[in-house]
Amino acid sequence: MANSTDYLLAVEGLTVSFDGFKAVNDLSFYVDSNEIHVIIGPNGAGKTTVLDLICGRTKASGGSIKFRNKELTAMKEHQIVKAGVGRKFQNPSIYDDLTVFENLEISYPRGRTVFGALAFKRDAAVRERVAEIAEMIFLADNLDQRAEYLSHGQKQWLEIGMLLIQDPELLMLDEPVAGMSVNERRKTAELLNKIIQNRSVLVIEHDMKFVEDIAHRVTVLHQGKILSEGSMERVKNDPKVVEVYLGH
Amino acid sequence: MTRTPQSRLVGRIDGDIVGILLLAALLVIVLPLGLDIFRLNMVGKYLTYAFVALGLVLCWGSAGILSLGQGIFFGIGGYCMAMFLKLEASSPEATKIQSTPGIPDFMDWNQLKELPWFWEPFHSLTFATIAVVAVPALLAFIVGLAMFKRRVGGVYFAIITQAFAAILTILIVGQQGYTGGINGITDLRTLKGWDIRTDEAKLVLYFVNAALLIGCILLCLYVRRSKLGRILVALRDKEDRVRFSGYDVANFKIFVFCFAAALSAVGGAMFTLQVGFMSPSFVGIVPSIEMVIYCAVGGRLSLLGAVYGTLLVNWAKTMLSESFPELWLFAMGALFIGVVMVFPNGLAGLYQQFIAPRLRRTAAGRVDEAADAGAPIIPPHTAAD
Repeated sequence: MANSTDYLLAVEGLTVSFDGFKAVNDLSFYVDSNEIHVIIGPNGAGKTTVLDLICGRTKASGGSIKFRNKELTAMKEHQIVKAGVGRKFQNPSIYDDLTVFENLEISYPRGRTVFGALAFKRDAAVRERVAEIAEMIFLADNLDQRAEYLSHGQKQWLEIGMLLIQDPELLMLDEPVAGMSVNERRKTAELLNKIIQNRSVLVIEHDMKFVEDIAHRVTVLHQGKILSEGSMERVKNDPKVVEVYLGH
Repeated sequence: MTRTPQSRLVGRIDGDIVGILLLAALLVIVLPLGLDIFRLNMVGKYLTYAFVALGLVLCWGSAGILSLGQGIFFGIGGYCMAMFLKLEASSPEATKIQSTPGIPDFMDWNQLKELPWFWEPFHSLTFATIAVVAVPALLAFIVGLAMFKRRVGGVYFAIITQAFAAILTILIVGQQGYTGGINGITDLRTLKGWDIRTDEAKLVLYFVNAALLIGCILLCLYVRRSKLGRILVALRDKEDRVRFSGYDVANFKIFVFCFAAALSAVGGAMFTLQVGFMSPSFVGIVPSIEMVIYCAVGGRLSLLGAVYGTLLVNWAKTMLSESFPELWLFAMGALFIGVVMVFPNGLAGLYQQFIAPRLRRTAAGRVDEAADAGAPIIPPHTAAD
């Protein structure tokens, strides 16, 4: 396993430009095992782009992303998932026309090839795992409901559950509590604290209260570059951060 | 009080099977008893399009991939069968008046002196039967590989399939000596010595066709109920989510496109057998779009709906063309607009919205009238079904 110099995720010199505009510019940061790492920053800082780059949705123009010493920039999206990186999108991205059970089942890491999916059997192992995850994401009573009819918060949890069932080593969440009620937010923080066992989480979030609750380490992005990095306490008192981001 | 999800699921599974049994009864008992052989053969011809519609239910309905070129696969399937039948009809004895006996008549008219190499293997019925499915599936695989791996989708994919349909038509028409040109491959007579033009043969072929269709419906049902079926629905909805759940999305699209192509091709081969010829007029853009309309009218989310839609539209086409031939295209256009604007899930959607809840209530009422009075109406199974 990773030792202190061997990070779970090592992003080095990462650059991407869209028509000459450098959305992410020579970015380097590291994520440890079992760490909740939060990326904050003003709109347009390149936060979501960083997640897109790690999960392979966007191709990097330069630099490297190493996950357990495997280079991700050369891999396809589904290979990156199989390597152990899960990604949640900003807007709840679930399958409206399927039930909660089916949503979770599709993410169950078995039968991912065409013929594997044709031969897939819904056996006891699948049912138990789905039930276990549903319990964790507060949706145990909604398994047979069409996902379309879930509340916004429940949809967010469902997507987190879809990632958990894959058991990724690195979980990336893009604004997991945006649009949630206070109560839902509290439950989400509880959920995140529960699921970090044996995995690292990389979170993008605007809600400072929430960030303070969960973050082990914070990276502040500004115009595609790192403005500040460290504990929430340190970052909060960094004059540069206060000026561009927190100063309100 | 209300039924549990489990029993609801059981009720639905039964519903599908009951629906298939009803269709089977209609096709193999009611229609053969009620229609003369001329009309029955006509229904048999309509049913060959139902294979295409089934493919579209999976490809377009489930996975959201609209192909406007299914005529390509219907046509290739039909041509593969026609090539075998034509060779059998072109024995040296039967064609001794030609300048080169033993080759199909149209080749002789086009001054060909010997059978082209790609015709040779079609002397074998086994080869021809395999080719009926394999050639269209292979072509669909190549097109799918080129398109889906590059993430071409939606309307761009539809336009490209349409372009392929046009290309293939032009190719067939242009290469008259090899393909029979605009007339197609005609004057087909026997299958392994069995005359397919007689009424008895037409009756037998009708039943073979009906049995194949029921078999294909069951096969489609299996695919739709497998996890693959649910993945198709999922990727229609949120393609990225499927991709970032560890699936190579393109492979699933290629699979369903090939599957739909193979189904269409079976229909095409049965068309050739029952109608006795195959021509480019079943390959091009217009027939391909007509096939999409059959599926849309019946309901692109319902396998059985697509079969009934195909029967109904074709029946209407025949009726209308017999009395007002010039009106058919207008009627078809109106039908398409109607489907898109008023009932997007076709006849099956109307059934599920209005008739099925009533049936359920009646059925449940018989079991326990009081208990079911407050049962919620299950939302119409729009997509997952």
